[in-house]
Amino acid sequence: MNERRAAWLFTLPALVVIGLFFFVPVLAAFVLSLTDFDLYALADLGNLRFVGLGNYIDVLRAPLFWKSLGNTLYFVGVGVPLSIAASLGAALLLDSRLARWKGVFRTALFAPVVTTVVAVAVIWRYLLHTRYGLINYLLAKAGIAPIDWLGDPHWSMPAIILFAVWKNFGYNMVILLAALQAVPAELREAARIDGANALQQFRHVTLPLLRPALLLVAIITVAGYFQLFAEPYVMTRGDPLQSTVSVLYYMYEEGFEWWSLGRATAIAFLLFALILVVTRVLVRIGKRGGYA
Amino acid sequence: MNALARLASLALPFVLGACSGAREEGVTLRFWAIGREAEVVPALLADFEHLHPGVHVEVQALPLTAAHEKLLTAFAGDALPDLGQLGNTWLPELATLGALEPLQARVDASPAIDADDYFQGIWDTNAMDGRLYGVPWYIDTRLLFYRTDLLAAAGFDAPARDWAGWSRQLAAVKQHAKPGDYAILLPLNEFELLVNLGVQQADPLLRDDASRGNFESAGFRRAFAYYVDMYRNGWAPPMSDTQISNVWDEFANGFYAFYVTGPWNIGEFKRRLPASMQGKWMTAPLPGPDGPGAAIGGGSSLVMFRASRHKDEVWQLIEFLSRPEQQQRLHALCGDLPPRRSAWQGSALAGEAYATAFRDQLERVVAAPKVPEWERIAQEIRYAAERTVRGGQSIDASLAELDARVDAILAKRRWMLGRRKTAP
Repeated sequence: MNERRAAWLFTLPALVVIGLFFFVPVLAAFVLSLTDFDLYALADLGNLRFVGLGNYIDVLRAPLFWKSLGNTLYFVGVGVPLSIAASLGAALLLDSRLARWKGVFRTALFAPVVTTVVAVAVIWRYLLHTRYGLINYLLAKAGIAPIDWLGDPHWSMPAIILFAVWKNFGYNMVILLAALQAVPAELREAARIDGANALQQFRHVTLPLLRPALLLVAIITVAGYFQLFAEPYVMTRGDPLQSTVSVLYYMYEEGFEWWSLGRATAIAFLLFALILVVTRVLVRIGKRGGYA
Repeated sequence: MNALARLASLALPFVLGACSGAREEGVTLRFWAIGREAEVVPALLADFEHLHPGVHVEVQALPLTAAHEKLLTAFAGDALPDLGQLGNTWLPELATLGALEPLQARVDASPAIDADDYFQGIWDTNAMDGRLYGVPWYIDTRLLFYRTDLLAAAGFDAPARDWAGWSRQLAAVKQHAKPGDYAILLPLNEFELLVNLGVQQADPLLRDDASRGNFESAGFRRAFAYYVDMYRNGWAPPMSDTQISNVWDEFANGFYAFYVTGPWNIGEFKRRLPASMQGKWMTAPLPGPDGPGAAIGGGSSLVMFRASRHKDEVWQLIEFLSRPEQQQRLHALCGDLPPRRSAWQGSALAGEAYATAFRDQLERVVAAPKVPEWERIAQEIRYAAERTVRGGQSIDASLAELDARVDAILAKRRWMLGRRKTAP
């Protein structure tokens, strides 16, 4: 038995599992996206029609798809930088030699990640309540008029972003914290001896060494944030004026509320293509810097 | 594999036996109920089980927001129960799927259920293509809840009965209201009043065998213009209901004098309005173009799923729950209105002043268009109103877009109808 065959033999079980539970369903879903599978087809398969790329064309012509794409890009564009900045900030604070009770803070900041969205959404709905919420109460102390967070189409997405960032930043924080702890203290010390101040040390020593970790975090977060669903589902149901309908929420409505599964799978493939392109671009940018 | 299967088949009777050991001979009916009804129905079932020894009913509660998905996925997965509570607007979908057992023959043979005793509009809601798929369990319809004191202050001692009179009252109430207050609350994310104004017209909402939208017809256009004018004249605030933190508080504050809602709010108004406000509100039938108008009949029906293996027992339970005295008990437990005229007589309902308007309007209820796509179409109707009120689109453009969108939604239905016609 040569080495090649042995390699195949060892990877075979994993390949079979991936093939059976990933590639076959994806292929089936692609075929589904070329049909008009809906309620009528569920009743009788004789009502199923092959429509080619019709679903894709329909979706690309639907105003709600573009609106949901705009909402999603808004969420990703603002949410991802904010989330990474929050994670990095928290990680730096926790890594500081001045910090005490590190274990307690690490646990507290990580806690939102492991709580369920539905439960914390209830609390956040109270916090964001127009008249009786804590956030508007604090804003009122600062002299700011109450904001209708979840009822005003201009504020609903910022509210969702705030909620999502709070919920998720702990995860990236742990990854970045691990990377920070791997930065050799000698390098920073050497920079200090050369006369670099704290900001310069961070910019020219810490940040370049964090680059691979930051790239990883960016890719995971972008891919995750494109799949925005649970937050609007539990907080707003897509309202007001469909300002919190994300692409995935749109797919869910098409598929599971209206049962147009053909069209819903077409939306899923479009979203997949979009995420693929964006993450490829991120990797390309990362490579240009010589890492990843 | 084979050995494993054999082992499982040996173990299975023990596992099942362990669950149902006490009821070896009995039949267990699985009953899916939704929301509030699921909480109270077990109280009625104790009597049923007493009357029918050997029949056990297992109620599973579905939350309203997830019930629709759950029913469809259960159909796809062949896991529907024996019977269920089904909202009227979902009936056409499940009937189209072939998930429901036709019931006409059983009704004809039943001494307990008399179709003529039911309000005609709600009975009709349960029939599709001449076949009956459900027995109405409770009924609702939307009408006016209003502030008698604010109406009196504007110079009226009774609510309007037709559109022209209603417009005059809304204008007068708004004129007498404090700055920033309104005459009526019509949340922009609800379609019910607009659809009700639409069914008061001679033109049907859908045309060509319900395969195309009919929203540019003169009738719907009239209803739409009347509705939109309520915002344009400043009588109704252009808000969604998420922007109203508490409809009862705001009603008591005088933010609006009219509110269009359903029977569940009788109990809520009694409970949630402050004592000073009791005696200052009343209900009234929905005004129509000339005299009290029609409205969609909502509520739920009891249905038997086709895959059930205990159809006779299921029918016994449907007959039991349809008895006038059981419907009165259901009303006492959760405020649901009975769909049978005889259940209204001699009960607490007969003396309930707030229910009188409902009793009156129930004689005029009509069925919503019976196509599986209806809920989606209803959403489009509300988006059309929102486009005009919030987005400033003209009525003509808005209705043309509505017809185009509804025609697209019904495209598959047209294709199927066309195929059915050409088939022998």
